Amino acid sequence: MSRRVRWWVLGVGLAGVGVALLLAFLHLPAFGSSFHPYRDLAVPASVRHGTANVIASLTFDQRGYDTLGEETIFFGSILAVVALLRPSEEERLVRQPDSTTPLQATRLFGYLLLPVTILVALNIVAHGALTPGGGFQGGIMLATGIHLMYVAGRFRSLEKLRPMVVFETGEAAGTAVFAALGFAGTAGAGYFLANVLPFGTFGQLLSAGTIPLLNVAVGIAVGSGGVVLLAQFFQQVFLVTGDEEKPS
Amino acid sequence: MTVLVGIALTLVLAGAAAVVFTDDPQRQAITMSVYGVVMTVLFVLLAAPDVALSQVVVGTAIVPLMVMLTIRKIRDDR
Amino acid sequence: MSVYAYVVAGAVLLLGGLGIARSRNLVQAVVCLFIAQSGTYVLLLAIGYQKNAPAPVFGSTSRPTTTVADPVVQALALTDIVVSATVTALLLALTIQIAKRHGTVDPDELSSLEG
Repeated sequence: MSRRVRWWVLGVGLAGVGVALLLAFLHLPAFGSSFHPYRDLAVPASVRHGTANVIASLTFDQRGYDTLGEETIFFGSILAVVALLRPSEEERLVRQPDSTTPLQATRLFGYLLLPVTILVALNIVAHGALTPGGGFQGGIMLATGIHLMYVAGRFRSLEKLRPMVVFETGEAAGTAVFAALGFAGTAGAGYFLANVLPFGTFGQLLSAGTIPLLNVAVGIAVGSGGVVLLAQFFQQVFLVTGDEEKPS
Repeated sequence: MTVLVGIALTLVLAGAAAVVFTDDPQRQAITMSVYGVVMTVLFVLLAAPDVALSQVVVGTAIVPLMVMLTIRKIRDDR
Repeated sequence: MSVYAYVVAGAVLLLGGLGIARSRNLVQAVVCLFIAQSGTYVLLLAIGYQKNAPAPVFGSTSRPTTTVADPVVQALALTDIVVSATVTALLLALTIQIAKRHGTVDPDELSSLEG
């Protein structure tokens, strides 16, 4: 099949999908309508469980099993990336010298924003049941905040800030605590991930039962997982060389 | 309010076209980052702050960083 | 206006597909797949939007009411974003290994399956 024929086939395929999508969109409720039957059931259920953030209630309470699946996908894919990017027998870990230092302004902003970002991330994880945010968003923010040290300084200072054993253990521990809280729900109320702790006052920090604990577990798991994931890519770029010696 | 949503939707379409039609992969990482910010603005206008937070950390920080590291590694190996 | 949001979502999906087909570099194909996945977030959130309704988070100044944006599709979009990030990470790791083994990341040159 020549190139021109392939482009024609692609055009026909895209046009067909486009027409099918357009016909389907004409049957959807209008953009901005007030017909949302799932919302009319989900919001009262969340208020009954004392959760101010309805999305957190959906993620950890009403559809908590989906979040366990999402955590498992995250954990499994990081495991797969570690296995794929493992140095093979022909490659050695050689430390390459750092090439350039960043600008003064970059270093200033990086060092100033590093503690601020980590504090904001911890705040978002802790208030997951009350404000927009939660375990996943705060966790990734934590992982990215630690890497501000790489943007502001050298790769070696980043390495000092992140001992890998801590983060590998943290990722496994976070996922295990999530599953353990699920089994505690089974022991307490008879079904997995039941919300067994007291619901508290609507809008206070310690409300919504097990949701703050699940948020902390997810935050630890996702934050450590993000650091491990980025570390694999950094290791490939900075430390692994091929068979020949490259002059620095 | 609806005018703002319309403008944000048009910017998202333009941003997607810009990312797809950029030829240099290194430049695509930067364009993808800007596209992530435009999507975040759209999500805030569509009354979804949780999803906007998630999009801004994933689409603006983590994925462009991984793309740039991959390009650097592929270029170093050649 | 009532269909424009869905049309934009469909157009972003098709643009991503076009980008994957015309890519000359595997990293470019991965980025275009990411763009195609982001079209689905726009579709989900556009379905859940209600005019002049606030976000489904109740603070100290708002009383709980059901006139908010749909939270179920927002929870679905959250999981969607996580899965998209992990798929992109895996595909980029695969691209690095392909570059090491075959020396090229051009899809046209990688067309044969070798032993």
